Amino acid sequence: MKQSNGHYLRSTDKYAWYLKKPRYIPYMLRELSSLFVGLFSCIIVWGLYQLSQGEVAFTAWTQLLWDKLLWVNILIFAFAFYHSYSWFMVTPKAMPIKFKGKRVPGFFIIGAHMLLWLMASVLVFALFFYGA
Amino acid sequence: MNPTNPKDYHASHKPIIWSLFAAGGTVTALLLPALIALIALAVPMGLLSADLFSYARIQDLIANPWVKLTIFGIIFLSLWHAAHRMRCTMHDFGVRADGLVIVIFYGTALVMSVILAVALIK
Repeated sequence: MKQSNGHYLRSTDKYAWYLKKPRYIPYMLRELSSLFVGLFSCIIVWGLYQLSQGEVAFTAWTQLLWDKLLWVNILIFAFAFYHSYSWFMVTPKAMPIKFKGKRVPGFFIIGAHMLLWLMASVLVFALFFYGA
Repeated sequence: MNPTNPKDYHASHKPIIWSLFAAGGTVTALLLPALIALIALAVPMGLLSADLFSYARIQDLIANPWVKLTIFGIIFLSLWHAAHRMRCTMHDFGVRADGLVIVIFYGTALVMSVILAVALIK
């Protein structure tokens, strides 16, 4: 918390505070998931750039992605999955819904989002597989 | 400054940044795990044939302007979501040089968005 004099109330350990309590670790991992989300976006931009450069460049990209970068992909997938899971788990707090004057139970909102996530994932694979 | 006085209110960039962040967070949450599995994992794991990712087939898929627009929308939102969240996370890591952090993360997102647009238009 920032005070009026510009100092922070708890500034004793501003670089490693999240290591002090176990429950801060999932928070930091959740926030760090964005680094991997961003990394994957950059990999896609790189791939589409290679695609615009012709077949040789594009094939070089797919080979590198599937061969040398496989462990990076697995790490990116794990963090992206954690991002999705944590993002949908807080939906009852981020967007509480009322129906006929009553609060819709949290598990219902979470469940609806998880179902939507599953359907979107199937759609991604189906569109790619049957498209064109 | 008196927070209850409407005269002290001023336009903030926060709603724009925050709505991009929230939209990006939702879009990436819904689509990114599947996209990563499809593009980066399905072939090396032996789930799909590499033929589905041949230059000719991908070129064919990308030729559709709606596909171009959809890809741009997803990646643009995902880039800005990541940039904004990393800016906040750098603060959590004790980095107080917000100006530099803005340049690095928003700058990367901007450059990547431009490269993406150029690559898709070409």
